[in-house]
Amino acid sequence: MSAQMIQRRTFLAGLSGLVLVASVSRIAKAADAPKYGADGMQHGWRDDPLTFVAIGEDGIVTVVVHRSEMGQGIRTGLPMVIADELDADWSKVRVTQAPGDEEKFGNQDTDGSRSMRHHFDPMRRVGAAARTMLEAAAAASWNVPVSSVRAVNHEVIHEQSGRRLGYGALARAAAKLPVPARDSLRLKTPSQFRYIGKENIPLLDSGDIYHGRAQYGIDTRLDGMLYAVVARSPVFGGKVAHFDAAAAQAIPGVVKVIEIPGTPGPALFAPLNGVAILAEDTWIAMKARQALQIEWNDGPHGTYDSAAYRTELEQAARKPGKVLREAGDVDAAMAKAARKVEAEYYLPHIAHATMEPPSAAARIVDGQCEVWAPTQAPQATRENVAKRLGLPLEKVTVHVTLLGGGFGRKSKPDFATEAAFLSQQMGGRPVKVVWTRDDDLHHDYFHTVSVEHLQAGLDAQGKTTAWLHRSVAPTIVSIFAPDPQHEAAFETGMGLINVPFDVPNLRIENPAAVAHTRIGWFRSVSNVPHAFAVQSFVAELAAAAGRDHRDFLLDLIGPAPHIDPGALKDSWNHGESPQRYPVDTGRLRRVIETVTREAGWGRKLPKGQGLGLAAHYSFVSYVAAVVAVEVSKDGKLTIPRVDVAFDCGPQVYPDRIRSQLEGATIMGVSLATLGEITFKNGRAQQDNFNTYQVTRMAEAPHDIRVHLLPATDWSMPLGGVGEPGLPPIAPALCNAIFAATNKRIRRLPIGEQLAT
Amino acid sequence: MQLTINGAAMDVAAADDTPLLWVLRDRLGMTGTKFGCGMALCGACTVHVDGVATRACITPISVLAGKKIVTIEGVGATPQGKALQTAWTKVNVAQCGYCQSGQIMSAAALLAKTPKPSDTDIDAAMTGNICRCGTYPRIRAAIKQAAAGLEQKA
Repeated sequence: MSAQMIQRRTFLAGLSGLVLVASVSRIAKAADAPKYGADGMQHGWRDDPLTFVAIGEDGIVTVVVHRSEMGQGIRTGLPMVIADELDADWSKVRVTQAPGDEEKFGNQDTDGSRSMRHHFDPMRRVGAAARTMLEAAAAASWNVPVSSVRAVNHEVIHEQSGRRLGYGALARAAAKLPVPARDSLRLKTPSQFRYIGKENIPLLDSGDIYHGRAQYGIDTRLDGMLYAVVARSPVFGGKVAHFDAAAAQAIPGVVKVIEIPGTPGPALFAPLNGVAILAEDTWIAMKARQALQIEWNDGPHGTYDSAAYRTELEQAARKPGKVLREAGDVDAAMAKAARKVEAEYYLPHIAHATMEPPSAAARIVDGQCEVWAPTQAPQATRENVAKRLGLPLEKVTVHVTLLGGGFGRKSKPDFATEAAFLSQQMGGRPVKVVWTRDDDLHHDYFHTVSVEHLQAGLDAQGKTTAWLHRSVAPTIVSIFAPDPQHEAAFETGMGLINVPFDVPNLRIENPAAVAHTRIGWFRSVSNVPHAFAVQSFVAELAAAAGRDHRDFLLDLIGPAPHIDPGALKDSWNHGESPQRYPVDTGRLRRVIETVTREAGWGRKLPKGQGLGLAAHYSFVSYVAAVVAVEVSKDGKLTIPRVDVAFDCGPQVYPDRIRSQLEGATIMGVSLATLGEITFKNGRAQQDNFNTYQVTRMAEAPHDIRVHLLPATDWSMPLGGVGEPGLPPIAPALCNAIFAATNKRIRRLPIGEQLAT
Repeated sequence: MQLTINGAAMDVAAADDTPLLWVLRDRLGMTGTKFGCGMALCGACTVHVDGVATRACITPISVLAGKKIVTIEGVGATPQGKALQTAWTKVNVAQCGYCQSGQIMSAAALLAKTPKPSDTDIDAAMTGNICRCGTYPRIRAAIKQAAAGLEQKA
């Protein structure tokens, strides 16, 4: 346990505040109604102030954040919401991280751009309930009606008498009062907000991060801890045939060599079969791993070759496949079209490459297992560790550390189970597993690879009359079930089936594909390939029709109705209610109009320069981007400026919304220009940042301008923030390259394709 | 052997070929210096050795006797480090924050040598430091803000 964690523990235990009082779970939900949003998530949501707020006698307010921090700013954002309704003095607000315990805290899966969207309302109620209890405690101590007191900036005031008591002085008494009923709470009006929606609020973790004190999973230190690195099967599904550890064991400081058994069948979140070196430090373990002699039995995926697989996907994409949505008569409309356009796009596997590679530590004391992990899925981590160790759930504690990047990789806690398994093998001794960068790139749950095949028919006026889209990609379901062949609703609902285009004849197909490696969520998931294909193709159609891309795109979207996702055959709708979250093409139009205006769309540019546009709806938010490029004669690409317009409804922490869009822009540039994992003989071919390159300072756009569209009012539902910025970047970039050079990029990454 | 880290002499028991990174993290408990690649490709492990930005992941301790090592835990004692930490907070640079130790160390070495860096200077000094979250525009802004602050004080 780190010094910092001990300090935090002591601090909490010393509190006389609300958190020490037993909390009572009070969720009441309508029976049988379809469940959407947070209600539809495992364990739903909680809004008990006794669970989420502690106030010490010193007045320090400690907010428990139950969502994982991986750069989106949630460890500051959720405290802002609570502190606002609590009317707390921000300088007295601290944050602490909840362990994995969904019974107590509600759903903790930090993915799907859901943390603020699902927990804004519950956390407002937490703050308001705690404030109400403080007011009640003050009124009782003064023996005055509660209606005659009010909480203002960390104290409760009785105006008639001028008496006032600080939150610290009231905390103990307040904690003993009943939690007020949910429907009795008085929430602030938006004009009363002090922190919600406001600027200039630095991250609560700033000081720790900038002084090297912040604790990520890989920073965990426990007394007597051993350091482990693991040699894993280089091929998914492969097994150790034989290994010889004599040379490794002879290296001073090596304590033990242990085989980690794999599990047959789908990957799940289970460790891969491998051989672990446990040593006195990480360096010794890394050296000893090189000295291991292992013979692998590659198994059925030992022939996986990504170049051959691409050909397979292309062949599948050129034949009819499973029909997901059909309107009108596409074949007849194509036959009648004045002009037909066809294009095919390829997006390779990519790796998350979080800067903190997967890492976790574990120990077992008296049958109680504790895990420290940078996990996006605390509950799944707990369940997987308990299952693998044969312990009941309550015998496993998951301490959620900061995540040095997540992007979906750390939703899969295989690395945490490795640490727990090794600790168990060592009789409970603390063990930390560290993945090296080559481990990370070889054994990722990779972003899917896909071929997107599109055809369209245009009439004599250049209007789109027919649209056919075939998407072929191995599905994420393949890590949970044996050999599924089709994309799931949560994948097709990411910009494939639910294109909101005003085209009378339309067919969406999904031919079969089988996975040969671990496929997993990568930020924005299937929105990335679908948006790349659709938004590139629309630009190609505009060019074919001889029309301005922006005008063509707006015509294709058509007028501004609220479309029922069900009418688009989207049964998923990012898990949200179709009534509360319809597809609003007016909002989609507005981000396009805003970004083109701000970016100076239509301005004359010198040869070799161009602007490219793309728009996409995902995670119930609307985004459009204009990328400016310059391509030199020898094919060198620079991106001087990117404009992004974003509509996510109400904006709780605007600075972090902008930072997510800036980051998504750069990640979009990275995957478009550089990102590719290839396979040969079942093995990922990239080892480190020399062969798997990501965008660096010099190549990143210097000037990213984020234009946030103000919400009409705070009763609008919140949209997602972390992911929706990514999908439009690659197509906008490639559309800009086309505008600058007339060269159409249909295969990512761009790599050397611009060199002439 | 003995290393001088952030002004303090520290006894270290580790094999001579052990990179400074693992001595800091595993032996001395100074986890502010981060592991990202192990091959001097990402900059997460950047420290100063006699004032020069150095990748701790490929620097064996055997070459460090008698040298002054500064890490993220100690860089705030220098004017550049302090100005950068302040600017980083004001600009709200970090997302996940994992690479920011290395970013600040590279930036501090830059400002010590080049008090008023141009964009080209910044690109050259910082391009060895990867940020996967994409905080580069804010890093650039914060370096400029810190440089301006230092100039005012000078």
